[in-house]
Amino acid sequence: MDEHFLSAERDLLRIATAGSVDDGKSTLIGRLLYETQAIFTDHLAEIERASQRQGEVALNLALLTDGLRAERTQGITIDVAYRYFATKNRRFVIADTPGHMQYTRNMVTGMSTADVAIILLDASRGITEQTRRHAVLTALLRVPHLVVCVNKMDLVAYDESSFRPIEEEFGAFFHEVGTADITIIPVAALQGDNITVSSSLMPWYTGPTLLDALNTVPRAVARVGGSARFPVQWVSRPKVGAYDTRRTYAGTVAGGELRPGDAVVLQPVGLSTHINTIETFDGPIANASAPQSVNITLTDELDVDRGDLLSAAALPAVVGQCIEAIICWFAMTPLQMNGRYLLKHTTRTTRAVANALEYRLDIATLNHLPATALAMNDIGLVKLRTAIPLCYDSYTQNRITGSFILIDERTNETAGAGMII
Amino acid sequence: MQAIRQEYLVALEAEAIFIMRETAAEFARPVLLFSGGKDSAVLLRLAEKAFAPGPIPFPVLHIDTGHNFPEALAFRDRRVAQLGVQLLVRSVEDSIRQGRVVESKGPRPSRNRLQTTTLLDAIAEQQFDALFGGARRDEERARAKERIFSHRNEFGQWEPRAQRPELWGLYNTRIHPGEHMRVFPLSNWTELDIWQYIAQEEMDLPPLYFAHTRTVIEQGGMLWAIGEHFPLLQGEQPFEAEVRYRTVGDMSCTAAVRSSARTIDAVISEIAATNISERGATRADDQTSEAAMEDRKREGYF
Ligand SMILES: Nc1nc2c(ncn2[C@@H]2O[C@H](COP(=O)(O)OP(=O)(O)O)[C@@H](O)[C@H]2O)c(=O)[nH]1
Repeated sequence: MDEHFLSAERDLLRIATAGSVDDGKSTLIGRLLYETQAIFTDHLAEIERASQRQGEVALNLALLTDGLRAERTQGITIDVAYRYFATKNRRFVIADTPGHMQYTRNMVTGMSTADVAIILLDASRGITEQTRRHAVLTALLRVPHLVVCVNKMDLVAYDESSFRPIEEEFGAFFHEVGTADITIIPVAALQGDNITVSSSLMPWYTGPTLLDALNTVPRAVARVGGSARFPVQWVSRPKVGAYDTRRTYAGTVAGGELRPGDAVVLQPVGLSTHINTIETFDGPIANASAPQSVNITLTDELDVDRGDLLSAAALPAVVGQCIEAIICWFAMTPLQMNGRYLLKHTTRTTRAVANALEYRLDIATLNHLPATALAMNDIGLVKLRTAIPLCYDSYTQNRITGSFILIDERTNETAGAGMII
Repeated sequence: MQAIRQEYLVALEAEAIFIMRETAAEFARPVLLFSGGKDSAVLLRLAEKAFAPGPIPFPVLHIDTGHNFPEALAFRDRRVAQLGVQLLVRSVEDSIRQGRVVESKGPRPSRNRLQTTTLLDAIAEQQFDALFGGARRDEERARAKERIFSHRNEFGQWEPRAQRPELWGLYNTRIHPGEHMRVFPLSNWTELDIWQYIAQEEMDLPPLYFAHTRTVIEQGGMLWAIGEHFPLLQGEQPFEAEVRYRTVGDMSCTAAVRSSARTIDAVISEIAATNISERGATRADDQTSEAAMEDRKREGYF
């Protein structure tokens, strides 16, 4: 790495991966990390030893992503693993999620914060039901960019006539479910074709390599664009000598842009005020946008608590106690009608009761199925009522103010995740 | 090299600060584990920024193995005094005296594993319900799978198969009495990020992290400083070398690396060029088995 590498301006891009077992996801990620020099030699030496023990001749890059002993001995991936690599202009976080059917919950977790989703499929098998499920999940979670890697092109002789129909079929299918930008790339992860270097075996493909695609997707500003949103996370009232100074409200900007002088409304109470100053540890600043973490002072002395929301006065959030949301269920015990849960939304936690289950979603066909409960890994549309008002946006408008989790109070498990309609 | 405010560092910093405030808001008795090492120094810096203009709303805890580098202790005391935070020290020496743990045999016993008991005793005594640690997911593969809010059962154990999903920025901080949470705000940082942040913030660090001359021996491909907790044994050939530390743990289990990097910028260039991980280069405690870290974490280690 050179000086240029170290001093270049870099942003942070979050990636989540999805693929069925054996489509080559671990190999692909291993390859990406290996070729961007994100793997240390001692970690490589460890997997060399492990490859040999398992009787393999070549270095098995897939072993790089096996974290826990059970995963290594059983040759499966249980849990989301986080990996890091960097290029000249980007620092990447990969949430590597296992592809088993029963792990919808892991995939939803990885996708929730992703700017880009990589979906992997096997060229020799084409688009499967699993591929459709993965694509629908990225669409539900509103991941703004999608990169589809059609892997194992070597098994179809690197042939364009195998790739194009898959490309077409995927495009047509996805068009009906989502709005993300799609890039579809023919790759062979095992040999490294079109991962970081253009493959000479597929001259008919003139699009970007996987790494090029990741390097150039515009960072998802839209994810938190829109109107100003600032959930109050922490109230501090510094004492200077014997005097209380003005209260400052700390939090992370969840949407739009904030500037001193902006008219804002404190929700849920609905009081109007203005932003006085935006402060940081390093001094006052002239504007703040997501995901910056700042302190705000207001021009009026209001009673502001953690869990309150400051919104753009012109376009405030919705305030209400009855919400409709797409819910992904994670817990062993199904979501029951009239079931009571703790609901955490931005920095506010309240009790909630599930009033009605409108339907369960078949995520392969997108059909709405009648249902009376949501079992683990099910997804459905649920009506909820909360004990105190929430200040929210629809998830399609804002992934932060439009999302929540449900907690089972008896077990303290995170039982489900919701996206407000 | 000019330290510029990198957009990705702003994002990592904002994430860490958010996590710290969530913890302070939702737990009754959080504490920050502070060893005087670079990662915990960054944690403390982030805590300072997260709660400014107010004070840091929790104490810091040092589990003192008695095998510390004096430079790390001096740095610990200096930072604590600067920030005016409360420092709690619990020592492995006391745990040994009370018969809670037994010192291993041999001329250079490591206390690495013993400190887990001291830590769990301190948690019970002080009723801490959330402990900030400086662990990063890039360090080791069991850590790559650990959550930012990592639940510990009433025995302080990590149960990797019962981890809670973490979606968006919505952390489930609920625990039952007697349980606690380990909180890792630096989860998504790499060693290089830590150093770029140290450069950006112009942070103070123990001098151990920069090249200096030491009397060392070479063992298992690593350089070990001879000192009170690492005595010279018969037949060993000590020599002088220009070294620095990439991690600072116990003197008895942390090795030095050859280096001529005397400034933060020089360290950054050195790390960008290295191809050995920091634990691989310097930690004897991780070399015992493929799952050494996983096993210690299950027992309640940091
Ligand atoms: N022929 C061929 N095999 C591949 C390719 N990529 C991965 N594989 C193989 O497919 C199998 C499954 O790969 P793995 O990465 O473990 O899949 P995962 O379950 O999706 O993580 C392994 O035997 C790989 O060697 C490829 O590009 N071509």
